[in-house]
Amino acid sequence: MDDFIIGLVAATLRVATPLLLATLGELYAERAGILNLGIEGTMFVGAFVGFVVADKTFSLGVGLAAAIIAGVLSGMLMALLSVWLGVSQHVSGLGITLLLTGLSLFGFRLVYGEPRIPPAIQPFERLSPAGQVPVLGAILDQYALTYIALALVPVVWLMMYRSNIGLQIRAVGENPEAADAAGVNVFRIRFLALSIAGGLMAAGGAFLSLAQLGSFTYGIIAGRGWVCIALVIFGNWHPVKVLWGALLFGGVFALQLRLQVSGLDLPYETFLALPYLVTILALAVAGRNATYPGALLKPYKRE
Amino acid sequence: MKLRIERAAAPLWMRPLIPILAVITTFILTAALVVMAKANPLEAYYHFLIAPLSSRVSAIEVLVKSTPLLLTGVAVTFAFSAGYFNIGAEGQLYAGAIAAAWLGVVLESLSPLIAIPVMLIGGFVAGMVWALTPALLKVKVAVDEVVTTLLLNSVILFIVSYLLNGPWRDPVSGWPQSPEISASATFFKLLPRARLHLGFIIGLLTIIALWFVFSRTTFGLKMRATGLGKEAARFAGINVNRTIILAALISGGIAGLAGVGEVAGIHFHLIDAISPGYGYTGIIIAMLGGLNPIGVGIAALFIGLLTTGAQSVSRALGVPAYLGDVVQASLLLVTLGAFVLQNYRIHWISGKALSPPTTGGFSERETKSGT
Repeated sequence: MDDFIIGLVAATLRVATPLLLATLGELYAERAGILNLGIEGTMFVGAFVGFVVADKTFSLGVGLAAAIIAGVLSGMLMALLSVWLGVSQHVSGLGITLLLTGLSLFGFRLVYGEPRIPPAIQPFERLSPAGQVPVLGAILDQYALTYIALALVPVVWLMMYRSNIGLQIRAVGENPEAADAAGVNVFRIRFLALSIAGGLMAAGGAFLSLAQLGSFTYGIIAGRGWVCIALVIFGNWHPVKVLWGALLFGGVFALQLRLQVSGLDLPYETFLALPYLVTILALAVAGRNATYPGALLKPYKRE
Repeated sequence: MKLRIERAAAPLWMRPLIPILAVITTFILTAALVVMAKANPLEAYYHFLIAPLSSRVSAIEVLVKSTPLLLTGVAVTFAFSAGYFNIGAEGQLYAGAIAAAWLGVVLESLSPLIAIPVMLIGGFVAGMVWALTPALLKVKVAVDEVVTTLLLNSVILFIVSYLLNGPWRDPVSGWPQSPEISASATFFKLLPRARLHLGFIIGLLTIIALWFVFSRTTFGLKMRATGLGKEAARFAGINVNRTIILAALISGGIAGLAGVGEVAGIHFHLIDAISPGYGYTGIIIAMLGGLNPIGVGIAALFIGLLTTGAQSVSRALGVPAYLGDVVQASLLLVTLGAFVLQNYRIHWISGKALSPPTTGGFSERETKSGT
């Protein structure tokens, strides 16, 4: 039983990593007033670019860097449409997800054709800072990206609440007119926030292909981006609460993987659907208390 | 020389040209991908746009591909017009397909005159049921419908997978597909030696229904008023919540019909790949069509052409057919941009002439005649 719990905790941290990275990204976008539904596609392109570059350069680090660059570019495209042109955020975000998904699949076909077995790479090694120590050893046996994602939570918090740039991001998301009057360049700050957001989302996707799986499949993201959108609401746009949300979802996901093999007499699809249903339920419970950033979904125009 | 951007609507003669310009821009942007696949872009465009129309078989195939797109396009238009962002047409399509696969087997002994209407109603209701939860959460607890509809799209795929690997697995072949629907539940063909089926007529009828609701009913007016602004609509005495729920349910029902059509007209089984994303493409179509019935119809036919064309490009030139997805998504983004940019004009101004102190960069200025 102890092994069960230790395994569950370790798996929770692992499953939560891509969600945490991408959710922190979405947090930047939404705090600046932009709902970025391009998240699913940005994670997908991150997973794809990370994989293909790592495979061709034989360097996981280069792959990760390329994925982040692709993510930043995706964020910039979102900024072009939703910030400068003022196009509906819903539609431009979904359009970007469709575009990036199509581009990644096109690229995959071009590079690998239609392989029977998905191509694989040697993924990142895990760090084991606690070695063979009982309990801790197994729990801390994680990828470096997991530690980075956890460390990003206080970093994001500091940047959002204790730095001038964070104040500006929150200001343009809450009341862009007032921020503009105070001399903040609304367009530039939103562009910056979306670029950071894209990089984090793509890093989340790359975690899946470069660390957790070591391969790229068409279903690699499978709606995780949409879960992240829900986690931002659930976490009330606060980095620490977002961490709890990601861990909760990671926990449910890790639990369902274990329930699948536990011999419970239920179809395994029930367990697969469980995290999504829990997310909807959590939203329904937390929905009433959600305080959306004031200017979310509203394009800003200088008149 | 300076660049100044002014707000001024494009002249009337230019308006019909904008979609054409958007298509040309999209093809120029995506030419790089064709070159990367070691093919000639001009040849690719030929296969995209002309080749599908050059033979009877493939021209009919364009209409076959347009059939589910007409329905999902209309479904999305209904919801979006009321300001309800139903991104769940994909899931609602699957709900309709599940209902059709079940009814198609159960109704074996009935005449087609009864079986087919029952299948259509069943698929419509199934789509409505799948659309109900997000709509209720939206109006009761203010949960964003975008997230819930997207999450439910994932959930229904698990239900389909469960049905096909469990109770519905084809007992004859053992494949993960439901038993074949009975002949009496099969949609009749519209033309000899082609798979164009009743669903296409239903698609056209929903376009007419959309036009009728928008232009001839008070409900259509309420929907669009709600879409333009909930507060103002509420102030005008419209029951906004009721309008949103109704729009969401109709949207889900029509998306469900798309699923019925694919089962009863094309596959005759439920399979997990019954839709390659028709629900999401419906969003592209609704936006390209400007949420306007005729526009949506034209957009659905055009995307049907592009989908057929992508397969033609793939067969003839070896370019991955995903190029079609990229072209569709790019076309959406370019068109969205073009709709905004048509309201601006760029002026070149020589350095000395009329130069008010510029604030630099992208500053907007109302022209005096502008508004």
